[in-house]
Amino acid sequence: MKYAYYPGCSAESTAHDMNQSTLAVARALGIELHEPKGWTCCGATAGHQTDRLLAVSLPAANLSKVQDMKLDMVVNCAACYNRMKVANHEISSHPTIRQGVREALDRDYDGSVKVRHLIEVLLEDVGLPAITKSLKRSLNGLKVACYYGCLLVRPPGVLKFDDPENPKSLDRLVTAMGGQSLDWPCKVECCGGGLSLTRTDVVVHLTEGILEMACAAGADCIAVSCPMCQVNLDLRQQDINKQTGKNYQVPVVYITQLLGLCLGIGTGELGFSKLMVPASSVLKKVEANSHE
Amino acid sequence: MITIKKNTTSRALKDAVELLSGVDLSVCFQCKKCSSGCPVAKLARTRPSEIMRRLHLGAGNELLASDLVWMCVSCETCSARCPMGIDVAAVMDALRRLALERGAPKPEGNVPLFNRAFLKTVETFGRSYEIGMITAYKLGTGKLMNDTEKFPAMLKKGKIALLPPRGGDRKTVKRIFRKIKESKGAKA
Repeated sequence: MKYAYYPGCSAESTAHDMNQSTLAVARALGIELHEPKGWTCCGATAGHQTDRLLAVSLPAANLSKVQDMKLDMVVNCAACYNRMKVANHEISSHPTIRQGVREALDRDYDGSVKVRHLIEVLLEDVGLPAITKSLKRSLNGLKVACYYGCLLVRPPGVLKFDDPENPKSLDRLVTAMGGQSLDWPCKVECCGGGLSLTRTDVVVHLTEGILEMACAAGADCIAVSCPMCQVNLDLRQQDINKQTGKNYQVPVVYITQLLGLCLGIGTGELGFSKLMVPASSVLKKVEANSHE
Repeated sequence: MITIKKNTTSRALKDAVELLSGVDLSVCFQCKKCSSGCPVAKLARTRPSEIMRRLHLGAGNELLASDLVWMCVSCETCSARCPMGIDVAAVMDALRRLALERGAPKPEGNVPLFNRAFLKTVETFGRSYEIGMITAYKLGTGKLMNDTEKFPAMLKKGKIALLPPRGGDRKTVKRIFRKIKESKGAKA
């Protein structure tokens, strides 16, 4: 299994832990990942809020690099995954956009590179039986609220990732790892995304709603696959506690960190020390049940 | 009740939104599903269904000053749930682009400044540079020390990178930004 891997800008900064755990999990499961040389930013929310052609050209610069590698593109950041797939869709369905991109990039790109989310590769290419066979530890009944957010599931017509209102991909992984995936109502609610710095008040309000429901469902932790969701839910607990007098201490971990733990990979290699709300309770529960 | 003033910019705004978003505003029948699912509607003074209705009734540039235009988080719940398949999120994107073009007043939180700061780091380094973007944004808003108490802990944990990114194909990205500016100049 060989893929072009697009890490995305966050992978070098606030989502370094996502990147570390992605690479470690891929190695353990025999997934070969190759970074396209000179990959650049997908433009994210700022791109599509500013200019349509910019929002398509920035991802296209990377997609055309991957086309030269003759591989499918794998992305773990939900935001980058979203922009790549939307760019492909825009280019394939609008000849004028394709022409505009050709002028911006000085090369033609037809929108045909296959873009996959890492979760899709894990479930469809590696498969749950093979993953289960590789596990060294179990999540030991850990109660996990799987949180998908927006960018992994919307727009559903373009992304075609799971059920947009009640996705189960992350839940299936959690169950396979011996965890208890929770039925809770905020799977695809929005965390406030890119408003973290501009309208912190909005983000605090939205993240509190999500944390409240996760706790009401009895979650030991929240599992995510998007750097913006991770940062907002993890970082803002301190603000919420200060503003409301509550005491949220819910670890917000990447699904790849949980999977890495169960594959027997060390916590250092999985970037656990980078979490703002420590995941010590999660680690204790999992490590107490080592198969080794 | 929605009251609107007819003015000279009205047709131009509806037409411009339809052209930029590819949406046919006339198929909206005001079921308000977009507003029900909108995570920020209860915090904003305007709701997405109201934006749709005002546009359809011929609102002018004053609509670009609605707080929802820049409070919208682009979560796309509205588009995913619209029974008529209207891409409401694309309408919001079109309104933001028009707000920038037509010089609408600065919104609370100044999201346009944040977006400029973000894209400037992309144009410079080929990849976004969080600390550079945050600094530029905070300098621009004049609230440099606002919401910074977590920075020391984040730096210590390595949760945010101190140095600018390297290794990105800066040449291609600079070309993209240059070409987009040129094509905008040609249209204006």
